[in-house]
Amino acid sequence: MGKTVELLEAKGIVKTFPGVKALSGVDFSVSAGEVHALMGENGAGKSTLVKIITGVYRKDAGEIIFNGKSISPGSTLEAEQCGISTVYQEVNLVPELSVAENICLGRQPKKLGFISWGGVRKRAVEALKRLELDIDVSKNLSYYSIAIQQLIAIARALDIDSKLLILDEPTSSLDEKEVAELFKMLKKLRGQGLGIVFITHFLDQVYQISDRITILRDGGKVGTFEAARLPRLEMVGRMIGKDPEQVKSMEKKREIRKVAGKEFLKAEGIGRKGMLFPMALEIREGEIIGLAGLLGSGRSETARMLFGVDPSDSGKLSIGGADTDISSPKKAVKNGIAMTAEDRKVTGIISDLTIRENIVLALQARAGAFRTYTLKEQYALADKFIKALGIKTPDADQLIKNLSGGNQQKALLARWLAMEPRLFMLDEPTRGIDVGAKAEIEKVMDELCEKGMALLFISSEMEEVSRNCDRVMVLRDRRKIGEISGEDISLQAIMKMIAE
Amino acid sequence: MKFLKIQTRYIPLMATAAVFALLYIIGLSSFSNFGSLGVFVNLFGDNAFLGIAAIGATFVILSGGIDLSVGSVIAFTSILIASLLDKGFDPGTAISISLLFGICFGASMGCLIHFFELPPFLVTLAGMFFARGLGFLIHPQSLGIKHPFFLNTVGDSLPVKLSNGVEIPFTASCFIAALILALIIAHMTGFGRNVYAIGGNEQAAKLMGVRIGATKIMIYTLAGFFSALAGVVFTLYMQSGNPSSCVGLELDAIAAVVIGGTLLSGGVGYLAGTLLGVLVLGLIQTLITFHGDLNTWWTKIVIGVLVLVFILLQNLVTKMTKKRIKST
Repeated sequence: MGKTVELLEAKGIVKTFPGVKALSGVDFSVSAGEVHALMGENGAGKSTLVKIITGVYRKDAGEIIFNGKSISPGSTLEAEQCGISTVYQEVNLVPELSVAENICLGRQPKKLGFISWGGVRKRAVEALKRLELDIDVSKNLSYYSIAIQQLIAIARALDIDSKLLILDEPTSSLDEKEVAELFKMLKKLRGQGLGIVFITHFLDQVYQISDRITILRDGGKVGTFEAARLPRLEMVGRMIGKDPEQVKSMEKKREIRKVAGKEFLKAEGIGRKGMLFPMALEIREGEIIGLAGLLGSGRSETARMLFGVDPSDSGKLSIGGADTDISSPKKAVKNGIAMTAEDRKVTGIISDLTIRENIVLALQARAGAFRTYTLKEQYALADKFIKALGIKTPDADQLIKNLSGGNQQKALLARWLAMEPRLFMLDEPTRGIDVGAKAEIEKVMDELCEKGMALLFISSEMEEVSRNCDRVMVLRDRRKIGEISGEDISLQAIMKMIAE
Repeated sequence: MKFLKIQTRYIPLMATAAVFALLYIIGLSSFSNFGSLGVFVNLFGDNAFLGIAAIGATFVILSGGIDLSVGSVIAFTSILIASLLDKGFDPGTAISISLLFGICFGASMGCLIHFFELPPFLVTLAGMFFARGLGFLIHPQSLGIKHPFFLNTVGDSLPVKLSNGVEIPFTASCFIAALILALIIAHMTGFGRNVYAIGGNEQAAKLMGVRIGATKIMIYTLAGFFSALAGVVFTLYMQSGNPSSCVGLELDAIAAVVIGGTLLSGGVGYLAGTLLGVLVLGLIQTLITFHGDLNTWWTKIVIGVLVLVFILLQNLVTKMTKKRIKST
């Protein structure tokens, strides 16, 4: 795009939320007539940056220069008045109002101070004409498909004299044909000199449309690159915080385990509309399977599907050779499947109960309220796991909130292990715990496998996945794109697969 | 099919109209003079204060909120006017003061709801107790009005006299005027459309640049005004003020709004529906009065059943709409 004058220039933007630094001094610029992609994993700070530019949040520090003037919009309305309009991920229009009203809300043409409905319809039709859309504007918005609604949202955004259009994940609910239509439109708008910021996690789409790419990670800027000069592999590496040299030098140190277990779970074409594309998978006893992919690629969703939280709506699944379907967590548990969820604070531990009580919880839930476990039984169980997993605590009566993160995680594992599952799915079991505790958890995982349990391991740390797993399923854009097994597993191999 | 599709959103409205027609036909076939113009006109006159209160409630409910203070504000307004007149104020001043009170009262509740992010249910519940108590503070029991404007003028020279001898009472005229005002606000002003937008999807409305705070405060201010106006009309109608009157009237108003097809979750509804809802309630009352032997509590039973039926109907319509969206 050469050295044109930047349309938008954000310098040193800082934003802190209670307890989190969402943005730490980010620079970001967009010039007129370019499509600039903003990339990063979930939580990297993309949405926060956009919301500061569009006036939803106030920045704590930094400066935004738009069209040569320093601006500090305090609301969406102010940003719009400056010429910055936004289309959000979810269609943010009002479903029960007409299309015309949705386009003109807040800026209806008036006659003598009263809304001129003829004018409203005319303006809406004209706004849609710019997108070559010819629909009945007097129908309710909810009458039309999500794709059309998305275009209506863009029409609304362009209806004001905007110079910068921000699209926050506009394609997540569109199919391929609709995406192509949208891109055609964006290219046309780019030709008219509009600056476009495009946020997505679909890697293919980034290269289809963007001129430049800015990558954010953990609230900081990794860099801005010309799309044509940024190889995919490098982009993926930078998104997960590794520069190309690091990736090459990182080799796994792990002995290959002989996997000779028999098949536990086999599935074909299982998926869930709007969440996961159909996929095939096979899990054998005594192996650790890793799920790798960027955040939002469908890793947790796969585990949730197999656990029946969001059950699959297609394909077939068999456990131990017998056809079955897992339509609820209860059924999963009955089939010997256990899962620890991503955020143990929210969905896992009950912090005001003791270790013993936390461990017995799931067992009790499965046995029903009428099967009582005597205190003696409970202590025996708790002590067994405290010893087996090496939970560091004076005794089983400590409140679980007094334990360190790693030990909490172990107590949580113990809760499920008490049920003797055959497949144990661990979603981010190592998040937020220190290196030593990580190593211990990994050791526990190994030991469980030796005993013939199958493990499904999810981690956003790809080297953890490559280090611990016998087989790795790679996901991208909610689709399984391949599998790597045994000696072929390496960080580089996984990244290569994601980037292709 | 296309014709039917477009009409889905009007189904509750048409159902209300059908219920009204049905009740009217029952009245016509049961009682000989039920069809007279006088009966119909009185329907407006007798229910004017409920109708005006329901208009205010419609705006609040359209925005996804609720106002429980209506009955108390009406009672307060009536005793305020009565005691001001008793102290020698002229009717114009007394009425202006009470309308101003309603506006300020509503605005305060709106501010509390917006600035402190309090639920409307609780704020207006507090408002309900507050206004009720305030009324008793002014005068602890019923207070008759002896001012000639109330005793004579309102009844003699303000009604519109039709050629066939039927008079449209002044209260009915107030109701119709309030309705026209409300229709203009709801459909011809940016504010009115913002009310619908906030009720339909507050988050989206905010991102579309609607000033949520200002609009919300305005909504409760408007509701306060309509409550006070209902109070004025109630005072004209009763020719007295009473701090213990209209207990639970807000619930009648909400019932009228719901029977009129407005979704309690906000965003969908029509003032025309509210008018029909009020008339349906009035018609039930009239039928029971005509019958003579029936206990008036039957009114409540019928209203209860109707509210239930309409909620179920709305549920059905919402589901139908969703299904249709899925299939397209």
